[in-house]
Amino acid sequence: MDNHSEQIVQEEERWGREKKVASLPPSRTEMGRDVKPVYTPADVKNTDYLRDLGFPGQYPFTRGVYPGMYRVTPWQMRLYSGFGTAEDTNKRWKFLLASGNNGVAVALDMPTQLGLDADHEMAEDEVGKLGAAVDTLADMEVMYDGLSLDKIVSSFNVNAVCPVILAMYVALAEKQGTPLTALSGTLANDLFCEYVSRGAYIFPPEASLRLQTDVLEYCTKNLPKFYPYNIRGIIMREAGASMVQEIAFTFANAIAYVQAGVDRGLAVDDFGPRLSFFFANGEEIFEEVAKYRAARRIWARLMKERFGATRPQAMLLRFTATARGSIYEPVEPENNIIRGAYSVLAAALGGAQGMLHPALDEPFAIPTERTALLALRTQQICAYETGITRTADPLGGSYYVEYLTNEIEADILREMKKIEEMGGAAKAIEAGYMQKRIADEAFKWEQERLTGDRPVVGVNKFRQEQSGRSKMEFHKFDPTARDRQVQRLRQAKRERDPEAVRRTLAALQDAARRPDVNLIPPLIDATNACATLGEMCDALKAVFGIFREPVVV
Amino acid sequence: MRQQSAATRHGPIRVLIAKVGLDGHDRGAKVVVRFLRDAGMEVIYTGLHQTPTQVVQSAIQEDVDVVGLSFLSGAHIGLTRKVIEELKAQGVAEKPVVVGGTIVDDDIEPLKALGVAGVFPVGTPPPEVVDAIKRLGEQA
Repeated sequence: MDNHSEQIVQEEERWGREKKVASLPPSRTEMGRDVKPVYTPADVKNTDYLRDLGFPGQYPFTRGVYPGMYRVTPWQMRLYSGFGTAEDTNKRWKFLLASGNNGVAVALDMPTQLGLDADHEMAEDEVGKLGAAVDTLADMEVMYDGLSLDKIVSSFNVNAVCPVILAMYVALAEKQGTPLTALSGTLANDLFCEYVSRGAYIFPPEASLRLQTDVLEYCTKNLPKFYPYNIRGIIMREAGASMVQEIAFTFANAIAYVQAGVDRGLAVDDFGPRLSFFFANGEEIFEEVAKYRAARRIWARLMKERFGATRPQAMLLRFTATARGSIYEPVEPENNIIRGAYSVLAAALGGAQGMLHPALDEPFAIPTERTALLALRTQQICAYETGITRTADPLGGSYYVEYLTNEIEADILREMKKIEEMGGAAKAIEAGYMQKRIADEAFKWEQERLTGDRPVVGVNKFRQEQSGRSKMEFHKFDPTARDRQVQRLRQAKRERDPEAVRRTLAALQDAARRPDVNLIPPLIDATNACATLGEMCDALKAVFGIFREPVVV
Repeated sequence: MRQQSAATRHGPIRVLIAKVGLDGHDRGAKVVVRFLRDAGMEVIYTGLHQTPTQVVQSAIQEDVDVVGLSFLSGAHIGLTRKVIEELKAQGVAEKPVVVGGTIVDDDIEPLKALGVAGVFPVGTPPPEVVDAIKRLGEQA
């Protein structure tokens, strides 16, 4: 990248003096780095094109994970969706698929995510609110009614109960007569970020890692088109983490998961290609693009050098991105469409493989059909009308973006080293380190929003007197959802063979006591006997115990 | 940002901030805790997955002046009702309850009808929350 760097530096200094550039107002990136008024080749003179950038689809993948990138197909477009009972969700999914979404991003309600059946006391007010209620295989069948598993891509945001949901999906496939090798989808299967920021955990860390690795092992052997990990930075980012923390904490968690796979005897070259990630980005386009480029380069080097991967596919950082719903505002909510559009642009320029997009009414409720459609159109207009898909990594070579990529990479590596020195992700989480850093950032963000140091249009800048809360139509929770679900649950329990349930749950519990047994097959047996999700989780709780968070503010 | 310490006749205002129910999104709750502490109040944060019974037990044990509930789950009306009923059942109905989170406008009146003393939907500036809780605490 050297174009007579010394001469350029000299000329830049002369230009700066002549144009009194030092008197320009200062500007900083989110990382707190001062931004120059202009960037030149001299700012990236140590970047070696072939070593540090290379070509898309080739190590170190800075410019993208596939050679053709969006020329072959734009990123996968989905909307996180699910509510009420399986029927309600099935209906919404059919609408989304018909409007052009590729596959379904499955939202399960909180009781389901926490291993509780719909008739559990703590589930009463929460059934079907934030996702679909799933208690038995029958619910899965209804949810996928008319949707053939060999033709649909299912992305499950499921973590603590991931092994159970996987068992149900496999059981459903077997019922439909679909070979497991034809199933395409993703499982989040990521507990560490739940311990840090989202709280949908059940079991303690050691048991979680065992269950996660059971899922990894089972999928690696039986579901070759499934991604058994979707390791999430989004959770921590939306809780307040900075760009640097998002990547550093995610990779620290991922290192623990990869290591657990290796310790289980699985080959990194076999399961490396089946790892996927999920990040969130805001509207600071150049910084977010730099973040994604740096992340790809760091991950590739990590898999190669630390874990000894030899297949390039095992070194790829395949990721889904989402616009940050946390930057959406309730005042003048239509502005959120625009915030979302810029964020989609950043993710696309950053080379995401898929996107989920929050609808504009995110500060209020889950999406209506209208706002869900708008969210999809936001992505489609970027992909099909802007022309940014014509070539890979269009911002590559920008002096600013290459500079930012190098700087954020250094910051991320520094943070990752800190966590290594603490003993790794599990130790950092036990000590409350990640949680504290995130809470601090969230507080700082809020202070900046109040002082105006962080401009938010319509809120702390250009606020209108009449700026009130918009009169919008929001998704209304169906008050009958819980009763309908409980009725179906009770009916399923009446119709099943109680002896088969007792036997398979006992076998599950036995298997759980033995660390060398993969729990997915016993879970499939229990599922087929119509054991409920709550019953299966209770059987596991009896063996593993439950996790209590270290409360960190 | 230190203001004059918010106090009751008995010392600093004590506030319980609780995540009741299954929802684990605690960013808002934690930010409110920090702002309240900066304003000189003593704040007990319960952590996640509290039942209404546990919230009220903590409110009594910690002898708080105000109870704050935080929701992203859509379960705010049902769970708030349970907390308020439990406060009554335990003879401490005079403790005011405030609620914050993803709450649509249509739910504000129903919450107030349950007896909620303040509703702070997403986007409410934290100082507004602090002021409201301060006023409620000073009346305790």
